Amino acid sequence: MTAATLISAFYVFALAAFLGYQVISRVPPLLHTPLMSATNAISGISLVGSIVTAGAHYNTVSTILGFTAVFCSTTNVVGGFVITDRMLRMFKRKPAAKQEIKK
Amino acid sequence: MRTYFIELSYLLASVLFILGLKGLSHPESAKRGMHLAEFGMLMAIIGTLMHYEIVTFTWIITGLVLGSLVGLAMGLWVPMTAMPQRTALSHAFGAFAAALVGISEFYRHGGHLETITMAALGFEVMLGALTTTGSLLAFAKLQGLVRGTPFTYKGQNIFNMALLATTVGIFVYLIFVPGSMPLFFTMVGLAFIFGLLLVMPIGAADMPVVMSLLNSYAGLASAATGFVLSNNVLIIAGTLDGFSGFILSILMCRAMNRSMTNVLFGAFGSAAVSTAGAEQTGTMREVSMEDIATQMAYAKQVVFVPGYGMATAQAQHAVRELADTLEKRGVTVKYGIHPVAGRMPGHMNVLLAEANVPYSSLYELEQINPEFPQTDVAVVIGANDVVNPDARDNPGSPIAGMPILEVDHAKSVVVLKRGQGKGFSGLENPLFFKPVTGMLYGDAKETLTRLIRAVQQA
Repeated sequence: MTAATLISAFYVFALAAFLGYQVISRVPPLLHTPLMSATNAISGISLVGSIVTAGAHYNTVSTILGFTAVFCSTTNVVGGFVITDRMLRMFKRKPAAKQEIKK
Repeated sequence: MRTYFIELSYLLASVLFILGLKGLSHPESAKRGMHLAEFGMLMAIIGTLMHYEIVTFTWIITGLVLGSLVGLAMGLWVPMTAMPQRTALSHAFGAFAAALVGISEFYRHGGHLETITMAALGFEVMLGALTTTGSLLAFAKLQGLVRGTPFTYKGQNIFNMALLATTVGIFVYLIFVPGSMPLFFTMVGLAFIFGLLLVMPIGAADMPVVMSLLNSYAGLASAATGFVLSNNVLIIAGTLDGFSGFILSILMCRAMNRSMTNVLFGAFGSAAVSTAGAEQTGTMREVSMEDIATQMAYAKQVVFVPGYGMATAQAQHAVRELADTLEKRGVTVKYGIHPVAGRMPGHMNVLLAEANVPYSSLYELEQINPEFPQTDVAVVIGANDVVNPDARDNPGSPIAGMPILEVDHAKSVVVLKRGQGKGFSGLENPLFFKPVTGMLYGDAKETLTRLIRAVQQA
């Protein structure tokens, strides 16, 4: 890693942290559990690193470690997104008819 | 050309992840947001498969298929009440994957890495390892495989600190003098042990904070992987996850009026602390089902306050049925949700949503507290500390200053409780002794079902 790539990596990190703070502080407590499972699924992006390790055949140990990592991350990605979807489908607004009565 | 395609897919994924999380600011836009994020993930994976270093797809495909099957099974069949356990487990998986990639990178280069890469790799492996075991222990506590009470012994904090210092010491040594395999693996092993020790003294009631923190660590481990592999999408996604967990843990701490240090090292809820509460006198008044049913049936407004007890009794559907019965009679029904009710952030909201409670009826602490004086009946279902008036009235209480749901301001309070025992924090709750409070003992689900029948007859 050269100094230039390190510096640009830190730029990315700092900007992502700032953006993350802005975006996530707007998530209402209502959706905190889906938020957790969604970020979990998203951070399963480490799959990208695992895939290269598993497929590059550097040596047997790396392949085994890579394969295990691919398995773990995929479980997170698929499980995380499926469950977030399932949860979000449950959040419903009050049926329209009832709201009219209230008014 | 290929490199451009890969990088482009990563850029697209990063943008879509951020848009996806932005969608979560409202339940209406959340689903579409998640679809964007899913598409982004797919793009990133397809992009990665084009990577020029990949020579064989056997293990990649096997891993992808097996992982998808397990993930799909977990995603589809885990009940909503088990969401905290599932989340803890997925933190462990994510962190473990990050640790493995780090170990593999170290091994591949025989430990001879540049200073900067080694520093990032050390972070990745340490955070990954301690989050793996920490999350597994949190999972075991939530699943009831081990007791949820804090495990403490004399000199625990000193021992933990010493272990952490040793681990970090080896890490720093490896940065400047790289190449020692045995030292590296000692560091990994110590980090695995440290994860267990970190979660051991933390009680079940503090799980929302721990879950958020582990979430944060797992994310930061991913971000560190991004530094090791010089991969921006990993840095972005990992940082988003890390910060999300961090923000949540701060919110949870604030909701308990405690500092992070206190949660992590205070071993809250252990026997030593529980005696600090003021002595309570008076008796708990048990009330009859019929009285309560009549009160509720002729009330103007009823507020339900759920806690972890509702989750263990799987009573969310019964709560909704009771609410429906009341609403048919013209009673306004609201739900007051405390930020730390349950075992993870937003736990109660998800359970009630599962039972088809519209989210417009769910109220946050600040919104519902001014409503209690106009509330005829407040129904506390398996919640304890979050309605403990001592937090407000008794400065000597261990939970003093914690914002509570002020149910004692309601005209009448009904507490559904399994037995006469204390809550998870082991504190007496003066609410139970107040003249305004009536107790209904027994399994929450059963009590609620009987209440529904009684209300129908009232």
